[in-house]
Amino acid sequence: MNILADVLSATILFAVPLLLVALGGMFSERSGIINLALEGIMIVGALLGCHVLRWLDPSVQSGAMHGQVAVLIALAVAGVAGILFSLLLAFSAINLKADQTIGGTALNMFAPAFSIVLTWAILGQGQTTMTLPKWVRITQETVGVTPNDGFFQRFIFTSLYLTTFLAIILFAIAVVLLYKTRFGLRLRACGEHPQAADSVGINVYRMRYAGVMISGFLAGVGGMSFVFAVGGFQSDVAGYGFLALAVMIFGNWKPWSILGAAVFFSFFRVIGNYAASIPFLPKFENLQGVSTYLWPMIPYVVTMILLVLTSKKSRAPKAEGIPYDKGQR
Amino acid sequence: MKKSIIGVLSSVIAILIGLLLGMVVLFLVNPDQAWGCFLSMLTAGVSSSAKFAKVLYQAAPLVMTGLAIGFAFKTGLFNIGAPGQYLMGAFAALICAICFQLPWPVCLIAAMLAGAFWGMFPGLFKSLFNVNEVITSIMFNWIGLFIVNLSLMNIPKMLPPYWVNSPVKDRTASLKYANPDAIIPKGGLDKLFDSPYINISILLAIVLAVVVYIILNRTTFGYELKACGNNRESARYAGINAKRNIVLSMVIAGALAGFGGALYYLSGEADYNILKVLQANGFNGIPVALLANSNPIGIIFSALFISYIQIGGESMQPHFATENIDIIISVIIYLAAFALLTKSIIGKFFKTDKSNVNAEPKPSTVNATGKEESK
Repeated sequence: MNILADVLSATILFAVPLLLVALGGMFSERSGIINLALEGIMIVGALLGCHVLRWLDPSVQSGAMHGQVAVLIALAVAGVAGILFSLLLAFSAINLKADQTIGGTALNMFAPAFSIVLTWAILGQGQTTMTLPKWVRITQETVGVTPNDGFFQRFIFTSLYLTTFLAIILFAIAVVLLYKTRFGLRLRACGEHPQAADSVGINVYRMRYAGVMISGFLAGVGGMSFVFAVGGFQSDVAGYGFLALAVMIFGNWKPWSILGAAVFFSFFRVIGNYAASIPFLPKFENLQGVSTYLWPMIPYVVTMILLVLTSKKSRAPKAEGIPYDKGQR
Repeated sequence: MKKSIIGVLSSVIAILIGLLLGMVVLFLVNPDQAWGCFLSMLTAGVSSSAKFAKVLYQAAPLVMTGLAIGFAFKTGLFNIGAPGQYLMGAFAALICAICFQLPWPVCLIAAMLAGAFWGMFPGLFKSLFNVNEVITSIMFNWIGLFIVNLSLMNIPKMLPPYWVNSPVKDRTASLKYANPDAIIPKGGLDKLFDSPYINISILLAIVLAVVVYIILNRTTFGYELKACGNNRESARYAGINAKRNIVLSMVIAGALAGFGGALYYLSGEADYNILKVLQANGFNGIPVALLANSNPIGIIFSALFISYIQIGGESMQPHFATENIDIIISVIIYLAAFALLTKSIIGKFFKTDKSNVNAEPKPSTVNATGKEESK
């Protein structure tokens, strides 16, 4: 039972970044811009968030600031950094009508390099690993619950961070924003038929900027929550941005399906770490590198199979990837 | 002004802006060392014949991955799967060389087949199920990495302890004692340049670039591929089998990338490191192809340039991280993304073309990722 609680807890922990980043991708693509730069935006968000946490560490240690307030500040900084970085994509894709995939690739290449260079500059030569301070995790002591090792306590507190709550709130906001507001309707219109949207007075460029900036915010926050999930930052997010893109496609560009897809992928990601202690799973005892290479491969293989199986039902926003040109007939 | 000259000029401008920004970053990080290191970065590649030999050696795989990406661009596909195909090629070459003790030409052919096999999947998925090739390629990059690493770790013959008395287990055995026959011949170039790195790989890469150029520009098949890239619907209307061409284009692109992987690892000077990261040579094919506007002959030169500044980046250590080079390269890709705009600005700037403005516009050749399904 303890194992089950741990696995479920970790599943939620790893689902949070996937969910946030995939939602980000959804907003961008629903507005008509393919955001391949999610991976890079995650890195930039995580980078600045980590440096803020490191900078705030002394004041938390001395008790001048509550740990979770510092975490919230770091998340906000990560989100803002994500917005600013995503503006580069928006500028090239919307104003300059450049190829969106290539622009995104450039940002993906820039982010890890920039992260290493900046971390060197701040921490000193050759230093690239940032570790998280202990106080970021919410433990039973933090909230004043009597420590106890029951199933629910374990499920909730094994790996609980502020990001879990934030993800729930942001998810709710995302659903309402996309489906229940005028803004959401307009955003979706720009991704489906921008000419029609323009003809009724919607500023397509502005809506697309909004879509990319929302995705930048969510991907930045998602990058920081990835750092919480793995417990440190080494100038990369292990392909999570791309996995989030797959989650988004598998989730058919719809928030609720994306939530399901994110939990599903995260479960496969987590199960590998615990495979050795789960009784009914195969052990591959005579193979080397099972936990580092075999289990982590499964989400990717499953993604491919699922993308093929669901390809008939898959419906991308019609105008995604096509620069909007007012004069085009 | 001629279109090709404008293309070259816009690439040169992208490079200059990239270098300038790289220099600014150096100055921001460490002003004392910045200028000296920047200069040594710019000159390292020609500072000695051995260094230049290394530029040539590292350019060969870059030519191949650049061709792999450029070739797919021409068919309207963004082959970001080149790192996976490159890796599969390297893997097949090393397995043939070390496990089966085969000579180098066989290893090279095996690498092409393995790369083609890995490139086939994104092509098939795109044409049969209409799954975006970018997502498929990225997924297959990771799947390939995990398969290769898992296999290498579990084949004892591939690791150094089988061949020599060594505890090292995180890399493949060196070809020097595992199978010297599999090392690509030096052809006397090593004496000429006084460097063990150089071999005939750069010449092989150039030959293949010319072959690709001929396929694209002098054959019906190449014409069909380009037609699919420019407008898939009208190509289909003209009786071209677009689905088959997508798969073929990815298979050929994969073969080219796989060949590149073999060129790098069959030199006898590089062992494959079993790490959790994809080889940068695959990704660097993207700037190589973009800088050359996917022209196979141009790719030779842009590969030389990227290789040159990478060697330069190594010379900046330990004062600066080699990743500064990646910043420069990424800025160049970013600028290349809106190459069309830069081109029109340059075109206006040097406007000498007084021809009929109402003439039929020439078909665009820069249709990079095939966004032709607009209507």
